[in-house]
Amino acid sequence: MSTVFIAFQTNEETRPIIEAIELDNPAATVYQEPAMVKIDAPDELVIRRETIEEQMGREYDLQELQVNLITMSGHLSEDEDTFTLSWK
Amino acid sequence: MDTPVNKKKLSLKEKYSYLTRDLAWEPSYQKKEDLFPYATYEGIKVHDWSKWEDPFRLTMDAYWKYQAEKERKFYAIIDAFAQNNGHLKLTDARYLSALKIFLQAISPGEYAAHKGFARTGREFPGVGPQVACQMQAIDEIRHAQTQIHAMSNYNKFYNGFHGFADQRDRIWYTSVPRSFFDDAMASGPFEFMIAIGFSFEYVLTNLLFVPFMSGAAYNGDMSTVTFGFSAQSDEARHMTLGLECIKFMLEQDPDNVPIVQKWIDKWFWRGFRVLGLVSTMMDYMLPKRVMSWREAWDIYGEENGNALFNDLARYGIRPPKGWGDAAEAVDHMSHQFMLALYQWNFGTAFHSWIPSDNDMDWLSKKYPNTFDKYYRPRWEHIKKLEANGTPFKNYGLAKNCQTCQLPCVFTEPGDPTTLCHRETEYKGEHYHFCSDHCRDIFQEEPEKYVQAWLPMPQLFQEPINGDLEAWMKWVSLVDGEDNGDYQGSHDQTSFEKWREMATSN
Repeated sequence: MSTVFIAFQTNEETRPIIEAIELDNPAATVYQEPAMVKIDAPDELVIRRETIEEQMGREYDLQELQVNLITMSGHLSEDEDTFTLSWK
Repeated sequence: MDTPVNKKKLSLKEKYSYLTRDLAWEPSYQKKEDLFPYATYEGIKVHDWSKWEDPFRLTMDAYWKYQAEKERKFYAIIDAFAQNNGHLKLTDARYLSALKIFLQAISPGEYAAHKGFARTGREFPGVGPQVACQMQAIDEIRHAQTQIHAMSNYNKFYNGFHGFADQRDRIWYTSVPRSFFDDAMASGPFEFMIAIGFSFEYVLTNLLFVPFMSGAAYNGDMSTVTFGFSAQSDEARHMTLGLECIKFMLEQDPDNVPIVQKWIDKWFWRGFRVLGLVSTMMDYMLPKRVMSWREAWDIYGEENGNALFNDLARYGIRPPKGWGDAAEAVDHMSHQFMLALYQWNFGTAFHSWIPSDNDMDWLSKKYPNTFDKYYRPRWEHIKKLEANGTPFKNYGLAKNCQTCQLPCVFTEPGDPTTLCHRETEYKGEHYHFCSDHCRDIFQEEPEKYVQAWLPMPQLFQEPINGDLEAWMKWVSLVDGEDNGDYQGSHDQTSFEKWREMATSN
């Protein structure tokens, strides 16, 4: 098992994103650090557009993640609906 | 090509493919080798450039849109910071030393990376990496500009920020990152991608930007958090590009594996040496600390690096040769390098200081196996000399390592009480090194490294000729203002005076 992670700036825009990630990835651990939130997950982490839209209450383009993204680890695979990090 | 009519919107994949593959063409009246003359001499074999997949699939329209948004956020905060005397909200002006090192040593590296990616984007025959490198070149120049812009506000009030461009070229401690980037830019396009895209971006920037920027937030420096996180939001894309490039090389031809391995060995160690500076910033220069250098290494070096190397093992790649020595050095490097910076602080364009009792207790807790045993006694001794009115200054010059250009201040693996020193002879000249790994790097490409400009020998050359005052002028260092101990400095007295004024009438 290897850890993948992603980190975002702490702000109002990322709050629903992080909630969505928690809903979709029960195995993930969320660390609140000064000015940033880091999320670790074993082997894989999936971010879904639909879940973010439900949490935010508006349409969301996954490429908007770029604005508040700090760092990540793992191989990325991205399309309109999902943003997946994995070590598989 | 006809625009598809059966769909309202192009998918991300289609948009990306129009932007990249569709822009490429096969040359008809020039040979491909003439158009891309640097693509093969490094020995990397590529059979099919169309296999290159940029996982972010960012198209130009989206790129400009999101970058503009980042800039708007950045400038809103920078303006607010300046308008509200943000500099007086710092925990303490000691913190500024870390920023000065950042401006003198790291921001010029962003500019160098910009030049390197602009060139590499031109030299790769594949259109996928061409586009990704172009975007990264623009990102890197944005980083240099926003960093310089954010820190220019401090330059209005404090010493040590004004001469960063000269210091980038001339002062001794910045030659470590400068030579790192010069070495990368003097390599072929594939090696450049391993050096910057892979080693620097994927393995090392997390250590530079993430915990340090979190530290800036803890220390009340809103402007640095802002440029740091704004830059780091691009780094995620850069890391992905570096990782993609390495996978692409390894998958294209098994003959590429030993070449890539050699570059991983070299660039990991070169990057690790650049981090020597960063380790002192994290362990010694943040008045309020977030995590120790060791803790940051455990998360972003050890854990993340191992995940990556476990993954690359399927191609026959092993962890870099210096990996084990690096893990051991992490418990020593910040202390050894900070002692060096302190004893030569007449020659640094930032302040250093003897750690307080409180600082030393924190260091003991974070480095239970090394600090009290090896480093506390030295600081206590220096403190005693200071109290007796004979502060410890070292006016001797350290030997520079011919490869990483750091002064040879680090110790032997397995023996933290003996200085590590290696040498070799090449064409009748002696060359000195800080470690086995730096010597090995030299021996792979001696003709490259014999040309290195070294800051210490420069002191005895024109136009300095051994004159310390002439040297200070030459490196734009104002004696008595920019350098020396923090205690009693202008920065200290100004900060305390202004803070007092800000909180009383």
